[in-house]
Amino acid sequence: MWTWFHKLASPPHFYGLAAKMIPWFAIPGILLVAYGTYAGLFAAPADYQQGDAFRIIYVHVPAAYLSMMTYMVMAISAAIGLIWRIKLSHAVAAAAAPLGAWFTFLALITGSIWGRPMWGTWWEWGDPRLTSQLLMLFIYFGYMALRAAIDDPAKADKASGILAMVGAVNIPIIHFSVEWWSSLHQGATLVREGGPAMPVEMLYPLLMNIFGFTFIFGALLLGRIRTEVLFRERRKRWVHNLVFPDGAQA
Amino acid sequence: MSDTLAMGGYGAYVWSSFGLTLIVLIICVVQGARRHRTVFKDVKTRIRAMESNQ
Amino acid sequence: MSSQDTRRPGILSGFLAVIRRDVLLAWKRPGDVLNPLFFFAMVSTLFPLAIGPSPEQLRFSGPGVVWVAALLATLLSLNSLFLSDHEDGSLDQLILSPQPLPLLALAKALAHWLTTGLPLVLVSPLIAVTFQMPAGSIDIMMLTLTFGTISLSLLGSIGAALTVGLHRGTALLSLLILPLAMPILIFGARTVSLSAANDAVAAGIYLLAAYCMLALTLAPFATAAALRISNE
Repeated sequence: MWTWFHKLASPPHFYGLAAKMIPWFAIPGILLVAYGTYAGLFAAPADYQQGDAFRIIYVHVPAAYLSMMTYMVMAISAAIGLIWRIKLSHAVAAAAAPLGAWFTFLALITGSIWGRPMWGTWWEWGDPRLTSQLLMLFIYFGYMALRAAIDDPAKADKASGILAMVGAVNIPIIHFSVEWWSSLHQGATLVREGGPAMPVEMLYPLLMNIFGFTFIFGALLLGRIRTEVLFRERRKRWVHNLVFPDGAQA
Repeated sequence: MSDTLAMGGYGAYVWSSFGLTLIVLIICVVQGARRHRTVFKDVKTRIRAMESNQ
Repeated sequence: MSSQDTRRPGILSGFLAVIRRDVLLAWKRPGDVLNPLFFFAMVSTLFPLAIGPSPEQLRFSGPGVVWVAALLATLLSLNSLFLSDHEDGSLDQLILSPQPLPLLALAKALAHWLTTGLPLVLVSPLIAVTFQMPAGSIDIMMLTLTFGTISLSLLGSIGAALTVGLHRGTALLSLLILPLAMPILIFGARTVSLSAANDAVAAGIYLLAAYCMLALTLAPFATAAALRISNE
């Protein structure tokens, strides 16, 4: 069991394995999202309160969920890298950050678009989730900015690792504080997804999309980790052999 | 057909959301692939330069 | 550090020595203490100038403005927390000293509070009065600011340790710390608003106190780890 784990942490082995794994994530992901989106747009009944506008949920919730999950992936792999000094783990964190920022951005934009017909404004500070997502975006930017500001890659890994862990402790507090803050404000209409209880026909496309997007995220992440690994190991022998397989220069 | 496009009057909002999602996903894929190709090419160039220096 | 002791300096004396040193340094350079204070006062002045002097608006925005100004003034002063130590080599000494580094990091953060946060809290009633804040709220404001600035010094010390010596460190430090400091701002400012509206403030005070306790116990470890990394 440990030999498998050790092999996994070896960059050349991971590089090859990840390449093989990407289709296993990408294809189910695309299929799930395709079906979930189709069902969400056309098969699910319209919401009694929001009409057809609620369908935005089928992209907004997966994006929001992924923005959180990516941060967890980032923080946990940073912690593993710091505690057990596994370099590959740091590569995972580095690869995850831009994806997390994109998903957060997507969640913000779709949330804002969704809010327009619901609240009448493009932005509603009183919605705690929108405000929380905005802060998440700043946290991602901070992480990437810290990485970019430190020249030594090992130092950048460790420093941003600490930041990721500090952020992980703070994010639940931030969510709670924003909830508390918006609950004090009268008249904040919380967007309830589809009403108090979601009928099955509305729910299953949502679940399909959540799973599907997660698989797609997996594929994207694996691809980016490969690139990170390639870059970090660019001076190693195995990369030389990879780039010039016959030993000769093409 | 126009019914599905209209989405009960919310058409612009719904379709722009889904469209943006698709665009972001495509950007992620393309960005990732491009970066990978760039790194690969740079490594190649560098090794060639090193070996021709020897 | 003291030449009078032939025994190795103990944990408490190391802790106190760090605090004493920073406070003395600030005493010798009053600008270090006064500049953030002036900044605090000036930022508070910006809002009435920008928004208008109507008393209702002032009363309404007072708690928020005071809190934002306090946050910004503290952020401004955080960059130099480890900077002079980094430049003259005393940071190396700090890291190598026999006392546990988290304890010394705690000492640095508390010294920072004594020289930045505490003066801010003491000056805040003056600002509050210009915003027509009722007297009862001023007490609450000072209480929230106390917990809040202590938390900020601690949270900020993590950021300062991560960015010490980096190019354009101040802007980066602010970018890193501001999102994480939002709960402090939210709990603090809203509690003062609630107090001005004669609503219950217990929840907010407890939340602030809890955050402060969390920061006191956890932040020093993160700061110590960050210092070791930055100083490699």
